[in-house]
Amino acid sequence: MNSFSYQRAATVDDALAAGADAGSAYIAGGTEMLNWLKEGIVSPARLTDIDRLPDLRRVQLTSEGLYIGALARMSEVAVNPDVQQNYPVVSQALLKSASAQLRNMASMGGNLMQRTRCPYFRAETELPCNKRRPGSGCSALDGEDRALAIFGGSEACIATHPSDVAVALAALDAVVLLQSREGNRRVPLVDFHLLPGATPERETVLRPSELVVGIHIPTTPLARRSLYLKLRERASYEFALVSTAVALDANDGRIQEVKIALGGVAPKPWRLAAAERALRGLDLEDLSALRGAVDQGFADARPGKQNGFKIELAARLVVRGLQQAGAMA
Amino acid sequence: MQINLKINGVVHSVSVEPRVTLLDALRERIGLTGTKKGCDRGECGACTVHLDGKRVLSCTTLAVMADGREITTIEGLAHGDALHPLQEAFIEHDAFQCGFCTSGQIMSGVGCIREGHTHSDAEVAEFMSGNLCRCAAYPQIRAAILSAAKNGGV
Repeated sequence: MNSFSYQRAATVDDALAAGADAGSAYIAGGTEMLNWLKEGIVSPARLTDIDRLPDLRRVQLTSEGLYIGALARMSEVAVNPDVQQNYPVVSQALLKSASAQLRNMASMGGNLMQRTRCPYFRAETELPCNKRRPGSGCSALDGEDRALAIFGGSEACIATHPSDVAVALAALDAVVLLQSREGNRRVPLVDFHLLPGATPERETVLRPSELVVGIHIPTTPLARRSLYLKLRERASYEFALVSTAVALDANDGRIQEVKIALGGVAPKPWRLAAAERALRGLDLEDLSALRGAVDQGFADARPGKQNGFKIELAARLVVRGLQQAGAMA
Repeated sequence: MQINLKINGVVHSVSVEPRVTLLDALRERIGLTGTKKGCDRGECGACTVHLDGKRVLSCTTLAVMADGREITTIEGLAHGDALHPLQEAFIEHDAFQCGFCTSGQIMSGVGCIREGHTHSDAEVAEFMSGNLCRCAAYPQIRAAILSAAKNGGV
């Protein structure tokens, strides 16, 4: 690990001032930053600790929706009664993430900022990776792509985004709250992460010196009947091979409206918009109709050599999610 | 940087570079070697300690981030010669073989019990999944945790 200077920000203004300097990085829970520092993925000259900033750790339910402070811990949000009751998909996604220790440390804002688990990006001995070193090439395109993206990749990168809770938030049309010295702005979560295109090193719309200060989930009739399903190669403590967040509004066994997001398949949480439209009005017990509608969401899938199985796996998972959401009271 | 770490009830004032992890500060500066360095990447759980009462990984925490906070390590669980109830349970249930992961397992297990995630063997498995055991003593570890939770006093 290269050396760096360290300072603790006492206020958001302090943090924004410190973050304006080139070579500066923020640290909150530290679960990602420490690994990046150790692997040499980043080597900031200055680290600004925002972990003790006041007021950013609240979780609050209002008539407009749910506010989650950026520094709220994953474990705190997961067991918050308002979250469990009104936004079950968020609690479930969090409890299926990482381990108990990591959830006690990791912040919600940091969760959105985590970077891909692509093994080439994380390699201890550096390998070509356009995220890690722009222009160095993509080892995955000619290498192991089994765990990588089937949607949204490019000639430069086919990495997936690893967050579970971001998938839940995407299905609920959550908004990321950003603050900078120029002011505040709100970015829909589905627009927060960027597709790689020719610049895979640019992963979010966050500007230099801008800080994630919170997450807002709007009130929606779909949220109470929402769930998160995750398939992985171990029973626990593993990233998703594929996952899905489903939020459903149904009447007399028929789908009124549904929102579906996938994890583990794209560089960002992936909404299945075409499937959502096709599912409207369908009978929740008509499995073949459900499957046909869900398949429409995969028309633009572009699997690589080893990850074509994710299409079938994800489509079956979504159908299962629809059925289970339909069975919720 | 000069920092104060309150470890097992005793304040230690140490000077560390910002890049020193809490794990290395505990082991190399303060001499508390009960906390183990396994993967040093936040994956194995061997370095688990309690920070302000919550189980966390000391390898992915910078020592400077813990300045002024309360840390409990495996050395702080027993009262003199009287072992902590979960330490007793680990012995009773033969919950270790080589012992390298044990301090992390016990610190994590205490957290698991205090959080209330001990309703079933499966729940313990889920909430202890962040602690790997290369000897695969998992059934005995879960039994020890379930028994300590049942007997109370953790």
